Amino acid sequence: MAYSQKVVDKFEQTLKNPKEASVGRWKPGDKDFHRVGTGIVGAPACGDVMKLQIKCENIDGTNKIVDAKFKTYGCGSAIASSGELIDMLKGKTLEEAQNISNQEIVDILELPAIKIHCSVLAEEAIHRAIDDFKSRRNND
Amino acid sequence: MNTYYFDYASTTPVDSLVVDKMKDCLSVDGAFGNSGSRSHVYGWKAEELVEEARVNVANLINCDSREIIWTSGATESDNLAIKGAAYFYSNKGKHIITSKIEHKAVLDVCRQLESESYEVTYLEPNKDGVITPESVEAALRKDTVLVSLMHINNEIGVINDIDSIGKIVKQNGSIFHVDAAQSAGKIPIDIQNLEVDLMSFSAHKIYGPKGIGALYIRRKPRVRLQPLFHGGGQERGIRAGTLPTHQIVGMGEAFKLAKEKMSEDFKNLSKYRDILWNGLKDMEEVYINGAIDNTFPGIFNMSFNFVEGESLIMALKNIAVSSGSACTSASLEPSYVLRALGRKDELAHSSIRFSFGRFTKEQEVKETVELVKDSVNKLREISPLWEMYQDGVDLDKIEWA
Repeated sequence: MAYSQKVVDKFEQTLKNPKEASVGRWKPGDKDFHRVGTGIVGAPACGDVMKLQIKCENIDGTNKIVDAKFKTYGCGSAIASSGELIDMLKGKTLEEAQNISNQEIVDILELPAIKIHCSVLAEEAIHRAIDDFKSRRNND
Repeated sequence: MNTYYFDYASTTPVDSLVVDKMKDCLSVDGAFGNSGSRSHVYGWKAEELVEEARVNVANLINCDSREIIWTSGATESDNLAIKGAAYFYSNKGKHIITSKIEHKAVLDVCRQLESESYEVTYLEPNKDGVITPESVEAALRKDTVLVSLMHINNEIGVINDIDSIGKIVKQNGSIFHVDAAQSAGKIPIDIQNLEVDLMSFSAHKIYGPKGIGALYIRRKPRVRLQPLFHGGGQERGIRAGTLPTHQIVGMGEAFKLAKEKMSEDFKNLSKYRDILWNGLKDMEEVYINGAIDNTFPGIFNMSFNFVEGESLIMALKNIAVSSGSACTSASLEPSYVLRALGRKDELAHSSIRFSFGRFTKEQEVKETVELVKDSVNKLREISPLWEMYQDGVDLDKIEWA
């Protein structure tokens, strides 16, 4: 199985310059942590764990994702899929983000059939992060 | 940057000395004849070369050349040995013993025989990957017709004690088959001191061509096999098919060279393995898969916890290694060999196999140490599991979604 050049490029950029690729985290105690939603999906035993965080701001009455960070344990396409998702998220409203489908990631990265689960994992991660953010807002 | 090849357990380049010999058996001015042609000099010449090669293969393991049968490779040798013996001796019993960490060429043959009303016991290795003589002894039965175990494991390099196991199997009156695809030419094998009845060999694992192998079949006492191929009666009817002279000559030359270079090769491989391990052992959460003191040094399998194996291989893009993690293959399951050792799935997913060979250079290994460290550190930097580990989170206690 060979990856597309897009997966390879995204993977290499992420490794070479993780900060620029939005690798990182917000942790409890950080300023604005209450405006961060976190989604963790996958399992070490399955070979993939994706952790996605979104930071939202209320702009004109709508919650928009102003920043996002991730960390991923997994194969090259899992890491590339997370990075691709991050690029899609920034600037989107929560509703728009909720509607991102894994197929968009498959198309952009030209993922082979056996790696489609990586994109599914990314879609699940954003749903989890949004849910987490919403539950926090309720607790405010 | 240069590319480095550390996947010798998968296959090896053909030694140029071998290539030269093979070239002489192909074209019109060479020994292109059919070794089965008894009526002219072309056939005689080919036959002479085939028999010379047979002697070279026999010499490596100290057997009679009449005990060597040519096949298309170790997969065919395993098929012929296991099915051939199981079918021929089926009236003696239908129980076979093998292990969970055999090559697929043995496991899949056993699965096939199970569907033909044979019963197979799959032995568990101990935590170091060794099949102990005690476990074989405990599994033997009156109706055990065959025991098939590998000499050196292809994924982790662990060496089985075929000497002790052979004695136990013989006492039981069962046939002992050893897959020596990874060990022939790499560690000494003296068939005269072993109770082995059948042994599989491959040429391409020791600098010979692909597509050629051999099976050792003991003559005294004689082991009989039911053939898988029927045809022109070549190889005393055990394996029909025109003999590929160039392939056979290549295998013979490779085995001759292996005998000459074995101790020098082994010394170099030990050195490379030590450079790699000494360079990496001080990293956090690094594990050897297999026991280092009972492992062929040309195969070294390690796990870097919290880093997935395929991503590490991808990060080491100019280094050809393979992953125990089968993410690179058609299946997403982690290595069945590492799981059989009792390794946790996440460590099995984090494994990587380095295999060195005759053309490996010390400098390449030294550079690789630095590249591996750098890549593992970078991947851990983006790994949520590493982050949790650093935070002191017990990953085993998390309920993963």
